[in-house]
Amino acid sequence: MCNRQSEFVCYRETQFIAGNQIMQWEIVIGLEVHAQLSTRSKIFSGASTAYGAPPNTQACVIDLALPGVLPVLNKGAVERAIRFGLSVGAAINSPSIFARKNYFYPDLPKGYQISQYELPVVQGGTIQIQTESGEKIIRLTRAHLEEDAGKSLHEDFHGMSGIDLNRAGTPLLEIVSEPDIRSSAEAVAYAKTLHTLVRWIGICDGNMQEGSFRCDANVSVRPKGTEKLGTRCEIKNLNSFRFLEKAIDFEVGRQVEILEDGGVIRQETRLYDANRDETRTMRTKEDANDYRYFPDPDLLPLEISPAWIEQIGQTLPELPRARQQRYMAEFALSQYDASVLTASRETADFFEATVRHLPGHGKLCANWIMGEISGQLNKDGIEVGSCPIGPDRLATLLARIVDETISGKAAKTIFDSLWKGESGQDVDIIIAEKGLKQITDDGALETLVDQVLAANPQQVADYRGGKEKAFNSLIGQIMKATQGKANPAQVNAMLKRKLEA
Amino acid sequence: MTLTVDDVKRIADLAYIEINEDEAHAALTQLSGIFGLIESMQAVDASNVEPMSHAQSVTQRLREDTVTEMDQRELFQSIAPDVEAGLYLVPKVIE
Repeated sequence: MCNRQSEFVCYRETQFIAGNQIMQWEIVIGLEVHAQLSTRSKIFSGASTAYGAPPNTQACVIDLALPGVLPVLNKGAVERAIRFGLSVGAAINSPSIFARKNYFYPDLPKGYQISQYELPVVQGGTIQIQTESGEKIIRLTRAHLEEDAGKSLHEDFHGMSGIDLNRAGTPLLEIVSEPDIRSSAEAVAYAKTLHTLVRWIGICDGNMQEGSFRCDANVSVRPKGTEKLGTRCEIKNLNSFRFLEKAIDFEVGRQVEILEDGGVIRQETRLYDANRDETRTMRTKEDANDYRYFPDPDLLPLEISPAWIEQIGQTLPELPRARQQRYMAEFALSQYDASVLTASRETADFFEATVRHLPGHGKLCANWIMGEISGQLNKDGIEVGSCPIGPDRLATLLARIVDETISGKAAKTIFDSLWKGESGQDVDIIIAEKGLKQITDDGALETLVDQVLAANPQQVADYRGGKEKAFNSLIGQIMKATQGKANPAQVNAMLKRKLEA
Repeated sequence: MTLTVDDVKRIADLAYIEINEDEAHAALTQLSGIFGLIESMQAVDASNVEPMSHAQSVTQRLREDTVTEMDQRELFQSIAPDVEAGLYLVPKVIE
């Protein structure tokens, strides 16, 4: 057997080598994503949801489940669920019902989680993802509102567990997909598309380190060409796209190996261990999953009026996919460029503001934002919102390339000065100070070219004798003599003319 | 539907309620009585009645999304059996 890490890869190679002699497997994946909603207060209480407060300072009587308290639903949480539903073309249920899901852990002291079972707020809808073989539609089953649990700490409390209920009652939107996903790459594409969307429409901050966006993957395999779904395993709490991909790859390899050895898959919940890159059993079907849902008598049916839905619909921004298509049509960008620029609303807005200052040069703006800007932001670990070079200044810089005042190379030097905030971030002052203005004057350039030709008779002879390489060497020397300030295209043309005269 | 004593034990188990044999049989009698009531009610033609999810025919009131609760940790923890470093301590739970 291969070592564990490359199990899946090995299985695929085996399949390749053995051709039709062995079973071909199809991977079937459905994802459940928990997106923490960006409300100020909790879903059923007025306690704050701010991250990182000292333990239990944001846990009020309702979150602690003290006797006699009643939950009151947060309008902001419902509004965000509706926003999501509208942005994926789903139906909004009215009435929508809250249910109790029985659950016995001290991180939810009521003994149940308030969730939704029948009639979730959001029903259906679709997400379009970009795959290697083109666009693919992933259907959504539903998205429902529920409360998050608190945190349990098992170390350092002399055999006891420490409970922090700050997170208990934080609103979650659980977004459930149909089993339409066929590979770990598609799962990642789906999760990323969803991640962009929830941030774009402002319902979730998407911070994966803080657990604001977590994925559970339901994974099964079946012989290719068959309809019946295989027994699935659920991998819980994947909090990065990389782990999502690796956990699925491992799990598929594990299931295929069991089946090819004549075994059967047990339905169970598994955990991904990133350190060992493997999934392992958390709990089996026998001892769980009978949550005995029933409508919560503490909460009345939620009515959502068409007027409210309409009002929320009017505040929805242009969605990422619509923007991508517009960028391709309006600025002649490739699908790739359009999707990179719409990875976040901030980046897309930055791009549009830049193009607004420099109409007709979408591709140039796109290149600089995806190249220099995004590279420097990454290097300095800052978000585009705090980019030291604003769209207007970037546009001014690019305008100087367009009007041939400076070369692209000089622009990069100026970009660095702008980034550091030098010379009051005035592009034209920096050009003057650093003497980066391009030589476009034919006369001045001609003098320089003549000097270089006179100083290098051997290379001139070589070129005329058929050695193409000599040309590049001459160009290099001219550019050096102009300190890189000559327009390369212009130098090229002039040199050619002179050599061939 | 007929309930068995094993069903009662399973429900008790899921609900984390410890019951002995006698209690299980007593609960079976009581629960079966409730099932009998439900059966009688199911004989009524309710095909024109929309199912209700709540006993009252009113809808959920919504709260504005504002923080109204202040930190009262000290007060709440004053009645907790055991606390440390701001955490509530409970018997160890690990899956």
